[in-house]
Amino acid sequence: MATFFLSKSHKLIMHNLKSTKLLTFGVTNHTSSVANSLLSSHFLHTRSRPPLPNDAGFSRCFATVSSGRRSHTAVSFSDDVDQDQLSTEAPLQQELNFPGGKVKFTPNKLFTSGSSAERTQCYRVLNENGQLLIDSDSLKISKEVAVKMYRDMVTLQVMDTIFYEAQRQGRISFYLTTIGEEAINIASAAALSHNDFVFPQYREPGVLLWRGFTLQEFANQLFGNKYDQGKGRQMPIHYGSKKLNYITVSSTVATQIPHAVGAAYSLKMEKQDACTITYFGDGGSSTGDFHAGLNFSAVMEAPVIFFCRNNGWAISTPITDQLRSDGIVVRGKAYGIPSIRVDGNDALAIYSAVYEARKLAIEKQTPVLIEALTYRAGHHSTSDDSTKYRPADEIEWWRDGQNPVKRFRTWVENNGWWNDQVESEHRSNIRKQLSQAIQAAERVEKPPVADMFNDVYDVLPKNLNEQEVSLREHVKKHPQEYPSNVAV
Amino acid sequence: MASIFQGVGAATSLDTKKFQLSSLRSVTGRKASCVVMRSGGAKMDGGSNQISGRADQLVTNAVATKADTPAASTASKPGHELLLFEALREGLEEEMERDARVCVMGEDVGHYGGSYKVTKGLAEKYGDLRVLDTPIAENSFTGMGIGAAMTGLRPIIEGMNMGFLLLAFNQISNNCGMLHYTSGGQFKIPVVIRGPGGVGRQLGAEHSQRLESYFQSIPGIQMVACSTPYNAKGLMKAAIRSDNPVILFEHVLLYNLKERIPDEEYVLNLEEAEMVRPGEHVTILTYSRMRYHVMQAAKTLVNKGYDPEVIDIRSLKPFDLYTIGNSIKKTHRVLIVEECMRTGGIGASLTAAITENFHDYLDAPIMCLSSQDVPTPYAGTLEEWTVVQPPQIVAAVEQLCR
Repeated sequence: MATFFLSKSHKLIMHNLKSTKLLTFGVTNHTSSVANSLLSSHFLHTRSRPPLPNDAGFSRCFATVSSGRRSHTAVSFSDDVDQDQLSTEAPLQQELNFPGGKVKFTPNKLFTSGSSAERTQCYRVLNENGQLLIDSDSLKISKEVAVKMYRDMVTLQVMDTIFYEAQRQGRISFYLTTIGEEAINIASAAALSHNDFVFPQYREPGVLLWRGFTLQEFANQLFGNKYDQGKGRQMPIHYGSKKLNYITVSSTVATQIPHAVGAAYSLKMEKQDACTITYFGDGGSSTGDFHAGLNFSAVMEAPVIFFCRNNGWAISTPITDQLRSDGIVVRGKAYGIPSIRVDGNDALAIYSAVYEARKLAIEKQTPVLIEALTYRAGHHSTSDDSTKYRPADEIEWWRDGQNPVKRFRTWVENNGWWNDQVESEHRSNIRKQLSQAIQAAERVEKPPVADMFNDVYDVLPKNLNEQEVSLREHVKKHPQEYPSNVAV
Repeated sequence: MASIFQGVGAATSLDTKKFQLSSLRSVTGRKASCVVMRSGGAKMDGGSNQISGRADQLVTNAVATKADTPAASTASKPGHELLLFEALREGLEEEMERDARVCVMGEDVGHYGGSYKVTKGLAEKYGDLRVLDTPIAENSFTGMGIGAAMTGLRPIIEGMNMGFLLLAFNQISNNCGMLHYTSGGQFKIPVVIRGPGGVGRQLGAEHSQRLESYFQSIPGIQMVACSTPYNAKGLMKAAIRSDNPVILFEHVLLYNLKERIPDEEYVLNLEEAEMVRPGEHVTILTYSRMRYHVMQAAKTLVNKGYDPEVIDIRSLKPFDLYTIGNSIKKTHRVLIVEECMRTGGIGASLTAAITENFHDYLDAPIMCLSSQDVPTPYAGTLEEWTVVQPPQIVAAVEQLCR
């Protein structure tokens, strides 16, 4: 009698569920393996991707995704479920197939702690003395690449010093150094291919340097002269190069993160063997764009590398005022993104991690998060004096003691690939090139007035043309009021 | 109803040549041009459906197809009837078919087909990747669209409601509008940002925003507003083909407008205004939904003996000062009817542009009817009084023509 009653009500329930096309729940009864197998065949949350009926409603599969994905659809019970099997025991739900997947229940009221006792470990292969911590055979880096890496790190260092001084002398209006982050800049660039699109924040000129941007081109941008790729429209350090697949720096913080996701989406659509990479700081990770960019890249399975330069400071805001999670690496898990924490002062670790991340991103079509821990050894920019908010000896400790350039040099020298003489030659060579580049850039004319109005649109519209003509006439009438090194 | 709104363009192209002959700035010249106008075909209507390309001052970014076909009335070509949202979809689909780089992204655009069904059926046809459902993060998926555009795609970003695009303002202003310029022309951003806006039927303040003017100042973007199925499809296609970022404003209440549009392919010019009803006494400039209020008022006005010239400006940035100017030189009186707010609205900006350029031709101060400077109330009657109603338009014309 009881059995009959149960099965009848069950029928009613099922009928209602079917007719209203509700999202039905999954019931797993671990005591009845037969029921289990019957039921599990209806629940399509396995790793394979079976085709689903349209009115299942919640499923979506990207045709181009090669990796398996879990679909969180539950299908309404069909007629051939054995009613009697279900009704023999009152099913005890151990877990439930909620939208989003199966979840196990527990009677323990346990809040996960906001922080774990131990922080995520940091991947490092070169210790502070430049000694390899792993077997050198497992290192996949050639002498040519390693030497170029070191060479470019030195170039970057010298470039920063000289351009910074040029700003202090009043020759350029603004500059931003990369002191302490040379390894991040160069090593990450070295591990990528030239086809990978780079979406920088602003502290990554080393990536451009690696790809072939010349010192003269840097200088032209800083002086905003007519040879600048950006036609003198952006303030210093806002480099960009279509040829080198380095998207022009935009001052807004973290807006490049969704751009990188969108570009990865376009690569995915066109099935290219390339990925995108975007850089941002610890401060940038607080923005809304970071959150949505990471979240969405995971949903879309886009081949993008999120490289966070956690250098401990966002202008004057220390990391402890910026966030309370274990850095940024733990956030990857929150979005379902594979992540790694890397020693940002270790060129080899960065190279190796980015190399691997790129492979992962392209082959598995997944985003990857890399957090490089380091220290911003310079000021935020030439508009900042960081001794105002942090002790000078702390800066010194990092700048000298954890210096990524020195560390890598030790390793390169120990391999017999570099020595003092080559070093001093290289440094003085770069200094000379730089001073020549600066002098040349200074002398070059500024962009003409026409460059003020074109490129706002693809073709100059009538109203801008009128404005330009009117401005030209005005300047021609009053030449003494306007600088002479601008072509009208 | 439909046939009135098909009276387009051919009149203006004829005017072009005649205008260049007459001198523009003297009083005599003015009179002469009026005469020329009247005989030249100002009364032409129901002419060709196609805006023939005018190879003169205005930069025609969009291809005006079949410019050389003679003006033919709709009656001879059957065409097909559809609703405005279907016209948008047709335009979108044609472009997606034509160019594999065109893709759509937005909330619920995929299998749901879009909240106003503009993208219905496209996900099934082109796949989930090309018609992409995004999470609720307008700033970020607009950013995504910009990034995709910079690296080769041509995305159409749908805002579920234009009001939500306020969240995307950072990306639209700082990156969309700027990056082509600041990168020295290296990276272009051929995105189309579209969605419904305007005051609907009791949708509440947040969903009834008229915020075209918020975007108007952003350098680097273009803005158009569609109002009929014909121009909706044409503008959609033009916007997609344009290499500039274009914001296409649709209106919630116009999606179910029915009209017969041509079977053959056509693309409209993004910077051209549409002559809705040629006239003599007063120039009424309007766009989007207010066009219909104006035409309703026009009926009343005609009965009262007035002859208003109605122009749907369509291009909100830049203004088609050519068409507008021609009209002002003829009628010498301007009334702007818009749904945007009084303060800092499109009308305010248009008033300034007209005053600057055509002050000498005005016989009366420019009148601008805009909606009230209030958040749109929910109550039906209050909502109605927030926007401009036909009786107000009639009264304004009567005042102007005194």
